[in-house]
Amino acid sequence: MDNSLENIAEQAEAELKQADNLSVLEDIRVSYLGKKGVFTRQMKTLGGLPAEERPKVGAIINQAKQKFQAALEQRKTALENELLAKRLAEETIDVTLPGRGQAVGGVHPVTRTMRRIEQIFSRIGFDVAMGPEVEDDFHNFEALNIPSHHPARAMHDTFYFDEHTLLRTHTSPVQIRVMENSEPPLKIIAPGRVYRCDSDITHTPMFHQVEGFVVDKNVNFADLKGVISEFLQAFFEKDVKVRFRPSYFPFTEPSAEVDIECVMCEGEGCRVCGQTGWLEVLGCGMIHPEVFRHINIDSDVYTGFAFGMGVERLTMLRYKINDLRLFFENDLKFLRQFN
Amino acid sequence: MLVNEAWLKEFVDYSMPTELLTEKLTMAGLEVDSVNPAAADFSGVVVGQVTSVEAHPNADKLRLCKVSIGAEELIDIVCGASNVRVDLRIPVATIGAVLPGNFKIKKSKLRGEPSHGMLCSEAELGLAESADGLMELPADAPIGDNIRDYLQLDDTIIEVDLTPNRADCLSIEGVAREISCFSEQPWLPQTAPQIDVNTDDVVNVVVDAPQDCPRYLGRVIKGLDRTATTPIWMQEKLRRCGQRSLGPLVDVTNYVLLELGQPLHAFDLTKIDGDIVVRRGRQDEKLVLLNEQSIELDDDVLVIADQQQALAFAGVMGGESSAVNDDTQDIFLECAFFTPLTIAGKSRKYGLHTDASHRFERGVDPELCYRALARTVQLLTDIAGGQVGPLTDVSSSDALPAINKVALRFERVERVLGIQLDEAVVEGYFHSLGMVVEKTAAEWLVTAPSYRFDIAIEADLIEEVARLYGYDNLPQNSLNISGSLALLEEKIQPLDRIKDLLVDRGYQEAITYSFTDEAALKLLTPDAEVYRLKNPISADLSVMRTTLWAGLLKAMDGNIKRNEDSVRFFETGLRFVVVDGELQQEQMLSLLVTGKAKPEQWAEPTAAVDFYDVKNDVEAIFALNGLASDYQFKASRHDALHPGQTAEVTNKAGEQLGYIGLIHPGLESAFDIKKPVYLVELKLSLIQTREIPVFEAVSKYPSVRRDLALIVDEKQAVADISDYICQSGGIVKDVLVFDIYQGKGVENGRKSIALGLILQGESKTLVDLEIDEALTELLNNLDTKFNAQLRD
Repeated sequence: MDNSLENIAEQAEAELKQADNLSVLEDIRVSYLGKKGVFTRQMKTLGGLPAEERPKVGAIINQAKQKFQAALEQRKTALENELLAKRLAEETIDVTLPGRGQAVGGVHPVTRTMRRIEQIFSRIGFDVAMGPEVEDDFHNFEALNIPSHHPARAMHDTFYFDEHTLLRTHTSPVQIRVMENSEPPLKIIAPGRVYRCDSDITHTPMFHQVEGFVVDKNVNFADLKGVISEFLQAFFEKDVKVRFRPSYFPFTEPSAEVDIECVMCEGEGCRVCGQTGWLEVLGCGMIHPEVFRHINIDSDVYTGFAFGMGVERLTMLRYKINDLRLFFENDLKFLRQFN
Repeated sequence: MLVNEAWLKEFVDYSMPTELLTEKLTMAGLEVDSVNPAAADFSGVVVGQVTSVEAHPNADKLRLCKVSIGAEELIDIVCGASNVRVDLRIPVATIGAVLPGNFKIKKSKLRGEPSHGMLCSEAELGLAESADGLMELPADAPIGDNIRDYLQLDDTIIEVDLTPNRADCLSIEGVAREISCFSEQPWLPQTAPQIDVNTDDVVNVVVDAPQDCPRYLGRVIKGLDRTATTPIWMQEKLRRCGQRSLGPLVDVTNYVLLELGQPLHAFDLTKIDGDIVVRRGRQDEKLVLLNEQSIELDDDVLVIADQQQALAFAGVMGGESSAVNDDTQDIFLECAFFTPLTIAGKSRKYGLHTDASHRFERGVDPELCYRALARTVQLLTDIAGGQVGPLTDVSSSDALPAINKVALRFERVERVLGIQLDEAVVEGYFHSLGMVVEKTAAEWLVTAPSYRFDIAIEADLIEEVARLYGYDNLPQNSLNISGSLALLEEKIQPLDRIKDLLVDRGYQEAITYSFTDEAALKLLTPDAEVYRLKNPISADLSVMRTTLWAGLLKAMDGNIKRNEDSVRFFETGLRFVVVDGELQQEQMLSLLVTGKAKPEQWAEPTAAVDFYDVKNDVEAIFALNGLASDYQFKASRHDALHPGQTAEVTNKAGEQLGYIGLIHPGLESAFDIKKPVYLVELKLSLIQTREIPVFEAVSKYPSVRRDLALIVDEKQAVADISDYICQSGGIVKDVLVFDIYQGKGVENGRKSIALGLILQGESKTLVDLEIDEALTELLNNLDTKFNAQLRD
């Protein structure tokens, strides 16, 4: 190889090695490969050589130039990597520090349960209906087959405003209001606040119920049992044992009280279930013909079933809450547990 | 109601264990609430007799007794009871006995005297909560017998929670009748004993109100032995049903009430003046009852009276003036049927819930009167002797409950219960319930026994079939879903979505009582008419809320007292306002915010929440509905809010949604507020409206931004200017406010507002010239309209 070319290559290698940033590297590139660069100049010397030598010398120069280019690229990549590494090091943060911004709140556990109930029933086509909380005697009692002298009224410690106006004692009046205004078939649930004049460790004067009912030409007690059992299993997300036993509500006949196997002790008997292994969770039954009569639905053509459940009760069982009164104290430490 | 197995077995000889019995009762609709032994566990206690009592040499209150328990040798026992006396028979806990609470009886010395056992009271045997002295056993109690055998204490007390329709089970006999249905053992009712009449004395009975009292039976009994005592077996049965023994006269009527379910009443014969009259009460008539309560009678109340006055509140409680006492020897015994409607509601109205009213208002078998009266006379004369007068019977057969045939169509059983049952099976159920069944081509005609007041319609019979077949044995189906898909109303924003938005913005949902303290409402909404409860649970929960703020402030206060420094609450629910005399129940959304705007965090200064933080939460709801620009916030006044930091929120239609503001400083002390509290209350119906979007072509041309700083009067509402610019149309597409400045460089009484205008052309890219022309025109208009000039 040409001596001077060898020197150039050596020098270039040394310069590349010393280049410690990209702009120096660029200068080196220009000084070797630019229009007036070393290799450009070398190529121009080819003109002075005899024609037969030109290809050989040209090839040698090209080879040296390519070698330089490769070394330059290599150096450039190394410098870029160095630069990136430096930037990455500089930009490194403590990812364990907490994030910033607004905290997230939550809905009340009663709402949480009511949503679950609504969601479960909406899957099989139940619509949600609402009704007033200040009710009249007709919708809360009379139309539900609870005349004024009825002993069942004693079970409803009622808040009154005057003789005919009261705070609804259950969500059942929504049944009447819906049936007054719409034709069967009906599949409705009605969640809401209800009131009873009672306050102690297991009673609050206001609580929540979800009423549900179905009216159609061919619904029967077997459908009621199915809907309730499936609901309870869906709600508790397990194959919970359910039993139906005869009970009494003036607005259903036959009537049933529904128990589930105690979710606390799995039926072994504990304080929560009063050692019985069973927990009463809802009341239900076939809608009483007298109720249909009050709203002019022909009970020979239509049958229906209705059920009512206490939301706080289900919430307590689901989330193992042991004191009803916590629901309305609105203690943030309690509420946040359900976020 | 308490029943015990030993007594039940007198009426039905079932053989199942207690656990199965209680399960079957519950599954038959007679819910068992509790099961308890008739006596606590104890052993080694026998019947003994005191043979001598001597003073204790070292203790005034103790006595040295010798007691026979049937063995040759007498036992020395030191006893402190005041009723210990020679010949008294008592329970004796012998050496080795173990009393309730694992109390072991050993040989001991009391103040130096040997005592080889213990004489027991009812309390010590766990038969009563407390006792005055030793339990006195009858003179014929067999000495040496184990007390558990003698008193048949190995018995179980079952508490049954009866539903109001099952009045027929309000007695031992009634529960036994129900047990006979599922145990398939015959029911063995008491037959009416033969009563020998041995005096002619009668009290004439006049029933003025036969519709209320279709049957009234009575008998005179004279010369009762008032030294007689209630036999121990009766006392024990009463005790197991929760009744204390109060002497033979009261005990026997209580006993028959428990055994058969028939309430009876005994009048002191010498205190009745002339005839007994069953009539309605009179206006201004008063009656002092056995419990010394004086009640005002009226035409709605049925009374038992004599010629002079009302003697008893029929079917509820006797009166004081004719009451029997320890000296009464002659009585008039009443055994009547009062119709449920006559008694229903009375005990509640007068606050007098009695065993009698409980049964009469639910329905007592009118045919039971004869048997019950005979049983009472027999028991009473067996215990206390006396001469019995002839039966007085005033029955008005047409007023007695009609015995109706109830029809049950064959196909209805399957229609309602979803199961096909053999006709013979159904008929068998009815027969076991004591019903008479006839059959036609299409239906059964069923006559219920006179004690079944609850069987009135077809559905009642279906329930009986279901009950006896067993609810748990009935089939179960998944609901057959049919029906069409209903319209999904997109114009209504689901409430849950709004709640979730608030939750995401750091709010916690509260649920507070709908009734609240009137004083708080008077401060928050002084002009609102309150809707008042007649029977509130307490004074601070006596009126319906006119605003949700009352409850939220209380909830906040509780949390602040529990050392929470920030509270962000929302609540939805009704407020109750009276408008033009009409109650309106309006769904509201309320917010309460106090404390920090955001949780304390690193690298960000902690700021207290202010009006605009809360306003942004409200705006977020509007933005959620796609209607951000349709709502207006106007400076306004509200009694509960700071006059300088209150906005009334209205929509495009001019409807008022509600208010947002800082609580009025004047209310801070009343609500014990230490930090600013921001309140919002909006009508839910108006914030749940949502716009259905309609597509508009998107401009392809780039938008540009021009910033303007305008000098305006410091009182100028910025929204008026930004709204004006937005509505002026043309190339201005949006305006944002990015700074407000007052101070150096701005004249006193004026402020600088910095606006960013977003400009865009519909059909071409804007050029500077167009923009400058448009802005010049805009600035001219702003100058004229708002006295706004460009800041130098």
